[in-house]
Amino acid sequence: MKIVVVGNGMVGHKLLEEFADKPGLEITVLCEEARAAYDRVHLSEFFSGKTAEDLSLVAEKFFDRDGISLHLNAKAVSLNAAKKYVETAEGEQIEYDKLILATGSYPFVPPVPGRDREGCLVYRTIEDLEAMREWGAKSRKGVVVGGGLLGLECAKALKDMGLETHVVEFAPRLMTVQVDDMGGALLRKKIEALGVFVHTQKNTLEIAEGAGVGVGGRHVMKFADGEQLETDMIVFSAGIRPRDELARSGGLKMGERGGIAINNFCQTSEKDIYAIGECALWEGKIFGLVAPGYDMARVAAKHVLEGSSQEGPAEFQGADMSTKLKLLGVDVASIGDAQGNTPGALSYLFSDGVAGHYKKLVVSADNKRLLGAVLVGEAEDYGSLLQLALNQIPLPEHPDELILPAREGGSKTGMGVDMLPESALICSCNNVSKAALCTAVADGATSLGALKKCTKAASSCGGCQPLVKQVLDSELSKSGVLVLNHICEHFEHSRQELFHLIKVAQFSSFDEVILRHGKGRGCDICKPAVASILASQKNEFVLKPKLASTQDTNDYYLANLQKDGTYSVVPRIPGGEITPAKLIVIGRVAQRYGLYTKITGGQRIDLFGARVEQLPLIWKELIDAGFESGHAYGKALRTVKSCVGSTWCRYGVQDSVSMAIAVEQRYRGLRSPHKIKMAVSGCTRECAEAQSKDVGVIATESGWNLYVGGNGGMKPRHANLLASDIDDETLVRYIDRFLMLYIRTGDRLQRTSVWLENLEGGIDYVKQVVCEDSLGIGVELEGEMQKLVDTYECEWKKAINTPETLKRFRHFVNSQEPDQNIQFVDERGQIRPKRAQEKQLENAS
Amino acid sequence: MTNEQNWTLVCGLSDIVPNTGVCGKVGEAQVAVFRIVSPSGEEDGVFAIDNFDPRSGANVLSRGLVGDMDGQVVVASPVYKNHIALETGTCIEDAAWSVKAYPVRLGEGGIVLVQGE
Repeated sequence: MKIVVVGNGMVGHKLLEEFADKPGLEITVLCEEARAAYDRVHLSEFFSGKTAEDLSLVAEKFFDRDGISLHLNAKAVSLNAAKKYVETAEGEQIEYDKLILATGSYPFVPPVPGRDREGCLVYRTIEDLEAMREWGAKSRKGVVVGGGLLGLECAKALKDMGLETHVVEFAPRLMTVQVDDMGGALLRKKIEALGVFVHTQKNTLEIAEGAGVGVGGRHVMKFADGEQLETDMIVFSAGIRPRDELARSGGLKMGERGGIAINNFCQTSEKDIYAIGECALWEGKIFGLVAPGYDMARVAAKHVLEGSSQEGPAEFQGADMSTKLKLLGVDVASIGDAQGNTPGALSYLFSDGVAGHYKKLVVSADNKRLLGAVLVGEAEDYGSLLQLALNQIPLPEHPDELILPAREGGSKTGMGVDMLPESALICSCNNVSKAALCTAVADGATSLGALKKCTKAASSCGGCQPLVKQVLDSELSKSGVLVLNHICEHFEHSRQELFHLIKVAQFSSFDEVILRHGKGRGCDICKPAVASILASQKNEFVLKPKLASTQDTNDYYLANLQKDGTYSVVPRIPGGEITPAKLIVIGRVAQRYGLYTKITGGQRIDLFGARVEQLPLIWKELIDAGFESGHAYGKALRTVKSCVGSTWCRYGVQDSVSMAIAVEQRYRGLRSPHKIKMAVSGCTRECAEAQSKDVGVIATESGWNLYVGGNGGMKPRHANLLASDIDDETLVRYIDRFLMLYIRTGDRLQRTSVWLENLEGGIDYVKQVVCEDSLGIGVELEGEMQKLVDTYECEWKKAINTPETLKRFRHFVNSQEPDQNIQFVDERGQIRPKRAQEKQLENAS
Repeated sequence: MTNEQNWTLVCGLSDIVPNTGVCGKVGEAQVAVFRIVSPSGEEDGVFAIDNFDPRSGANVLSRGLVGDMDGQVVVASPVYKNHIALETGTCIEDAAWSVKAYPVRLGEGGIVLVQGE
């Protein structure tokens, strides 16, 4: 079958993907542009550094396959439907059995005198972008005509080029179609705050010669209200019109205002000619989004291949025009009947003038179904709300809770993905249902990346990504409930259960625990977990022979293993306070052993590149100078960061450094489910960033505020306030209790932030246990902590004084040689490990 | 110390802390030698594999934690935690990260001998 496809835009290319590798097809693709399909949805990223190649949608070697030939720069100019051929601008006639028109649209330029002036551009193709870039470089000021979705995208492009950017809109508000008046007003405010000038209700009458570049502008725009705006360049982005001239030449049926009329199979008035995407008119409507276009491509491809004789053939049934975008950094989303045009429709509004959020729900007259929504400033709930609307899911009793922010301690009612039916379409761009996602997860796609790759969900516009992630998480937790609870294959217990079992039986070695409660030999999961529990209860030297073999890599050598097999060394610097003499010692040691030095985020100094046999020598010198182990290698207390506090700072209200040192001295060496970071700030300005730590202390006029459960890193979390205005003694007591509660009940490698999030009752429960002693275990928890404080000893001091332990610190058991594979080169005056390629080069020469 | 069948004395068995490894120089090769002891205290043998971890490109396998996975005795690379079966040198996660296993035996007086290439 000879198939001719006119147009290789996003939708045209989707069609080709549907056809790819189907036998018996001879496909000719005519593409007017100089390059094959690229991503127009993310076009503005061209200005934030993406290249034309980055935007390409063509898979590697896609056009190398047999049965498909791509003609670039080949514009089809006429169509003969009777004789079934199309003619190109070069005069070539190409015959078809089936013709698919995917000619897309062109930007509408209002018929304003002067619109042809130099520097008046449009925003559609990569060539257009190149022209914009060229003009941008010689302009100071730019105007976008059109305040819709594309117009604002375009404004971002001008802004990214550093131009003074203006948006001129005919209607009274921005994004007329998608948002309502209040949403539009907030959007305007936010965009203006970014330095973009917005002019609404402006009817442009003429574009004329301006005063000149650098004086006023190349052009002057004259508006109906008598105002004028001078500018150096103008980009029209005032809507699209279907490219239908080819279809016209073939005598196909057209809509009154253009567009190629199609039926539910995307057939035009000629049964062997199909039209898809923005050139097609279905029930009087043009669909200017990519998802409906893709849908048409699938329907047309299926129909071409299988005909209409099939039972229940796929039909195009219109499309949901809901959309979520980030415009100039502002989240905007619009769902269904956003304007509330449905008879009897009611609405809920939430507006947060402080945070700049606006949310509106449009619900049915009986308050049972969601008809539409507008979200401006924050659109995280777009995916769930869209699903509520699309699947006609009954609303909760108080629908307003869907848009009201969750208050501290409470959890948002919202809706989980579990409520969605299997058939729910999660990714409308690529037609991926919830069922398809679930199947893929069950088949082994257990990461977001893998799931996106194998289902293509969230790989086009990306709007559904949060929802895809939720489905993934929900499926994983459903299938993994038992696995997650059991620490590994050797124990059918969670860490919390093991902690309890070990405590009750007073075990003191891994072997005792596994013989009594587990099976097999153990592994690299359960051994360190048990070792950590034993350390939190008994606090014995971790490198004792009976404990040594169960320690995690870093604990085993009391240093942090780096990628090349060397270690890093971090001496403790409590509160980040250090004398010049001690600084000199660190410098001298680093110099002597040729170590790379770097200041850490926790206010101490990391020394890299130590060979295993150098560790005891380095530590001997450090300990002789009064340093101690920093436990940077352990799942243990790391640092207590501090600001200078009232001692030096004009604003400090308490001595944060002294408090930080006291806290760090108290909890140094404390082993826990994961690392623990703390900080103490001397006033409310919070220079020590205590609210991003597991335990954060902030000075007040009359004492301290204690925060817990904060985190930076991969998933930042603001800490919760546990107690306010407490004195020194209460502070320490509460931290004792909090930490021991966490150590007792936390999961393996679970930071306090995640622990707190998963703890039933959350921060309120912790407050009750720690501050009100609701379980009556306060004294017990304090006692356990005091025991650990009393039994602390510096592990490195112990190690260098234990000959048996020192034997471990050499590379070869039968030779004094160092590991020849460890090699360094110089970079910025320090060492760095040689890269694999550098080693290979050397071996080759 | 190497004899004609290329057996190299690496160390005494008691030089290896139970359920840990050491690195021996066997000819020019670096060999990780592990001493496996059951939780109830029986000696379950010694194993020898390359000390080089192909995944990280570092000579570190002797410093990994040993254990068992589905009944196989394994070591977890201390760098990226890929597991290698001590008997065969096969990597459980990806065969591309497998290493060579060496013949190893206990000699008289509790010495550990590894056969080099």
